Amino acid sequence: MMRYLIPLFAFMVLAAFLLVGLTLNPRQVPSPLIDKPAPKFQLNHLHQPEQIMSSDENLGKVWMLNVWASWCVACRDEHPLLVQLARTGIVPIYGLNYKDERTTALQWLKRYGDPYAISIVDSDGKVGIDYGVYGVPETYVIDKKGIIRHKQIGPVTVDSLEKTIIPLIKELQQQA
Amino acid sequence: MLRQFNGVMKAAVLVFVLFLLAPLTGWSKEAVPVAENPEIEKRMLLLTENLRCLVCQNETIADSRADFSNDIRREIREQIKANKTDQEIVQFLVDRYGDFVLYDPPIKPTTFLLWFGPVILFVVGLGSLIVYLRRRRIQIEDVSLSQAQLEEAEALLNEDKKGKNV
Repeated sequence: MMRYLIPLFAFMVLAAFLLVGLTLNPRQVPSPLIDKPAPKFQLNHLHQPEQIMSSDENLGKVWMLNVWASWCVACRDEHPLLVQLARTGIVPIYGLNYKDERTTALQWLKRYGDPYAISIVDSDGKVGIDYGVYGVPETYVIDKKGIIRHKQIGPVTVDSLEKTIIPLIKELQQQA
Repeated sequence: MLRQFNGVMKAAVLVFVLFLLAPLTGWSKEAVPVAENPEIEKRMLLLTENLRCLVCQNETIADSRADFSNDIRREIREQIKANKTDQEIVQFLVDRYGDFVLYDPPIKPTTFLLWFGPVILFVVGLGSLIVYLRRRRIQIEDVSLSQAQLEEAEALLNEDKKGKNV
């Protein structure tokens, strides 16, 4: 009897590992920046290029940083959700326009809506490297002390907003 | 005679001049690398050969033509120019992208299984093979025939021989 049970058991262990493997996404590499201070930046505004935004301006409030580009197809998928979220006024969203052309970026925002409190420009992708960006869109939730609390790799979905991001933001807003 | 000598001299001078010109065509340089400094480029390549491109995950940053890798290569060149050590540069990338960028991940509790898993599998496999072979040998030794069985077998063999001889 054991002679037949051992291979069956071994097969079931292997099958279990493979089954779990199917649900994993190799593109989602956990960021080492979670619970670390958000990298500081000083970047020009997209709309008024002569103005500069510093990341320190957002200390004291919970905010979202959404990395996007007009050449990024998946950004179009998540964009309506961001526009909706911005309308609810739950959290200010800041847009990091990543390695993009100014004119096409502005056209894109006109066409699909502009959910961003401020859009800033990272034309050479330097700030992107600091934030560990490797696939746009990416979205960060940053708390009042300027600590990164969450990173969404790939487009934001209804599910991720309702189950993770919005509850987290509400919780962070309660904190001093 | 003199005229002839002159002709030879002219030919010799011409050949000499041609030799002088040769380097201009034959010894042209290798393709100029994108970066101006070959030393920086060499160090950058050595470093990036052990770094993973996060967009095309099975390629090194040295091999990859992805935009991401271009940016990282540029960043590394700049840091080399700024006199950063190799360790500082690698740490810079690990801080931002995690151990996943390293093709040679460090040995620490979370990577113990990765580093020692194959050894454990090998030991378990070798152990079960030894146990299996030992058991089998005992089984083989156990099978000993009785005198009656031996005689019967011999009779059968002899029968076979007779049959063939006919």
